[in-house]
Amino acid sequence: MSKNTEFVKFDKVDKSYDGKVLVVKDLNLNISEGEFITMLGPSGSGKTTCLMMLAGFETPTNGEIYLDSNPISNIPPHKRGIGMVFQNYALFPHMTVYENLAFPLRVRKVQKDDIDKKVDKALSMVSLSGFESRMPAQLSGGQQQRVAVARALVFDPAVVLMDEPLGALDKNLRESMQYEIKHIHENIGVTVVYVTHDQGEALTMSNRIAVFNDGKVQQLSSPDKLYEEPVNSFVAEFIGENNTFGGEVTDISKNVCKVKLQTGEILANPISVNSKGDKTTVSIRPERALINPKDKMDNNQTGKIEEVIYHGDHTRVRLDLLGNKQFILKVPNSSNELDLKLGNEIKVGWNSQDARALDPK
Amino acid sequence: MSSETKQILTTDGIPLEISLKKAERKNKIKAFLLVAPLLLFLIITYIFPIGEMFTRSIDDKMITNMLPKTFKSMETWDGKELPSEEVFASFLSDFKILVEKKEHGKLAQRLNKEKNGFNTITKKLFRQVKRNKIDETQSIKEQIMKVHKRWRNVEYWQAIKRTAPPYTSAKYLKAMDMYLNEDNKITQVSEDRRIHRILWLRTVEVAFFVTVFCFLMGYPIAHLLATLPMKYSNLLMICVLLPFWTSLLVRTASWMILLQQQGVVNDFFVMIGLVSDDNRPEMMYNKVGTYVAMTQILLPFMVLPLYSVMKTISPSLMRAGKSLGGTPFVAFWKVYFPLTIPGIGAGCLLVFILAIGYYITPALVGGASGTLISNQIAYHMKTTLDWSFASAMGLMLLGGVLVIYWLYNKLVGVDNIKLG
Repeated sequence: MSKNTEFVKFDKVDKSYDGKVLVVKDLNLNISEGEFITMLGPSGSGKTTCLMMLAGFETPTNGEIYLDSNPISNIPPHKRGIGMVFQNYALFPHMTVYENLAFPLRVRKVQKDDIDKKVDKALSMVSLSGFESRMPAQLSGGQQQRVAVARALVFDPAVVLMDEPLGALDKNLRESMQYEIKHIHENIGVTVVYVTHDQGEALTMSNRIAVFNDGKVQQLSSPDKLYEEPVNSFVAEFIGENNTFGGEVTDISKNVCKVKLQTGEILANPISVNSKGDKTTVSIRPERALINPKDKMDNNQTGKIEEVIYHGDHTRVRLDLLGNKQFILKVPNSSNELDLKLGNEIKVGWNSQDARALDPK
Repeated sequence: MSSETKQILTTDGIPLEISLKKAERKNKIKAFLLVAPLLLFLIITYIFPIGEMFTRSIDDKMITNMLPKTFKSMETWDGKELPSEEVFASFLSDFKILVEKKEHGKLAQRLNKEKNGFNTITKKLFRQVKRNKIDETQSIKEQIMKVHKRWRNVEYWQAIKRTAPPYTSAKYLKAMDMYLNEDNKITQVSEDRRIHRILWLRTVEVAFFVTVFCFLMGYPIAHLLATLPMKYSNLLMICVLLPFWTSLLVRTASWMILLQQQGVVNDFFVMIGLVSDDNRPEMMYNKVGTYVAMTQILLPFMVLPLYSVMKTISPSLMRAGKSLGGTPFVAFWKVYFPLTIPGIGAGCLLVFILAIGYYITPALVGGASGTLISNQIAYHMKTTLDWSFASAMGLMLLGGVLVIYWLYNKLVGVDNIKLG
């Protein structure tokens, strides 16, 4: 079965609410069939607006959205056949779990027997069999969430949208729900468009992540690529932890460049700098910088320990390094007997390939 | 469950429940003292007057006290033939006392209410007594019977006997155009005198339709209020509340200006050619005026509870309904509407109860065909001074409202009411 790689297609979509500010700017996004794609971004970045346009509750100011090659801008929400899980679940409080799940089937005039079967199946999928006659208020937050997911899937929609569905749950429950949703997606192969501002959630669940900022997709790639190879400093900053140095390119070759900082000089991987004199922000992941490196590395610096924070599985060390007092290191709490004391000077090294010279902040 | 579990003791060995009660007693007393003024206020201004109204409405002690001996001697009378000499004698003795106290007029009035014709014959008897014409050594029965032929009619004596009990349901029966006839049977008054039943029906009808109109107009307004952005909804809210800030009388008077035959609305209709100048429709001093004015005045009582309920309904519920495939109508009817039922119940109950006892507006714009039972109550309070009748009607109104409340509780459940 060849999969349609343009199952959902945003084509040059603009959206403005007041005619003055563009909330979404020239959005082009292809989502392939069966994909789990996450729109990730800070609040106000336009990700929820995109979801609402896809669901049909907002109309694009310009451009067109295609679902399976059909333009859908003029189709009202109830005819789009898109399932949606809302932020606060939006379960109908006056209906039982069964009635909630049967609602999309009843409005589609499905036979009673088939309704029973499908509701049964959907409930067992979220392991809530036997809860049919409960009212939503009698369920816990996690259970309500699972009912909402089941309801959005029960009528076999081609696409399911999820608008920060786990935002109201506590941390442990949120993590287990992440896996649960991911497994459901893997089992039934439905296309999922997921919106969240929680990067951990996005990294765990998605096939691809679209990072939104300021109405634009900053980067669209798989979770690992997004983390390892951010294309600009916003993405680097937004996804995971990040040590940055601001400076100026003094020398550049194909895959290494020299960046002059206020104090000192480092080697970096030129991503979005082209020529000498470009301003840049160099970004290094905390776990890529090692203390007393055994392997030879092309950046070797000395820093002073400012703070040591115990984190259970690892210890965070804050250094004053090359004038950056917020340089973070992650030290696994396993083997070495490093002397991590306040005020100590330690050697830190990293490869220039892991130091990405991005656009200036 | 608590009986099965072992009694729990505090660390000092006192049973937990007792200790808890002790700890909370002070708070309970405080709480009671806080509500005590209100409780007292309610007892004085509400419960006591209603009790007073009730006793007044069934009280018939006046005549019982006027004719004690008569009623005593009548106890053995079978009520078929004319009563015995003894009854006549005790009646005369009672009557003489009344004449001395100059209360015989009251007696005549009361008896006349029971049966027409008592006025004349009581006056005649009074004159005889005054002139000392009745010789107590002779047969009193014969002498009284000679005063007027009606004293010889057994029906009049039966009427006196009927007034003997200190309590009567006559006022309540009268309010329903009925009375107790000679055989103590509930009978309807003749057709041309049945006015109260029409008024009751009209009151219920007006209250019902005003409630319906308020609902039809208030529901969209409340929805708009709940969904509009704050700056518009505040303005709209002020428009809804504006009538509250205007005196009821002013509002009713302005409706009179609008609705009268030479009024603004009629002028407008003539101007746009909807009606001819010499054929202006009557929109006031009839039911139309009552409907229009009462709907406008009671509208906020519908809008506010509806608004407070709608405000709590998350807009994502309607969206969920639509995204799951319901047309906007289905989403509204299956999702939104059921969730507003507590507000609808509260609003309708409030408007209906207020409308059923409405007084000023129907009195001013209602005319003859638009007056309601409350106007009748006021009439008896102020004009005929038949307070017991007014009390009876007032209590029947209260009873009706309680029945509606009870019905509502059965159908919808009072717990579901949300007033704000």
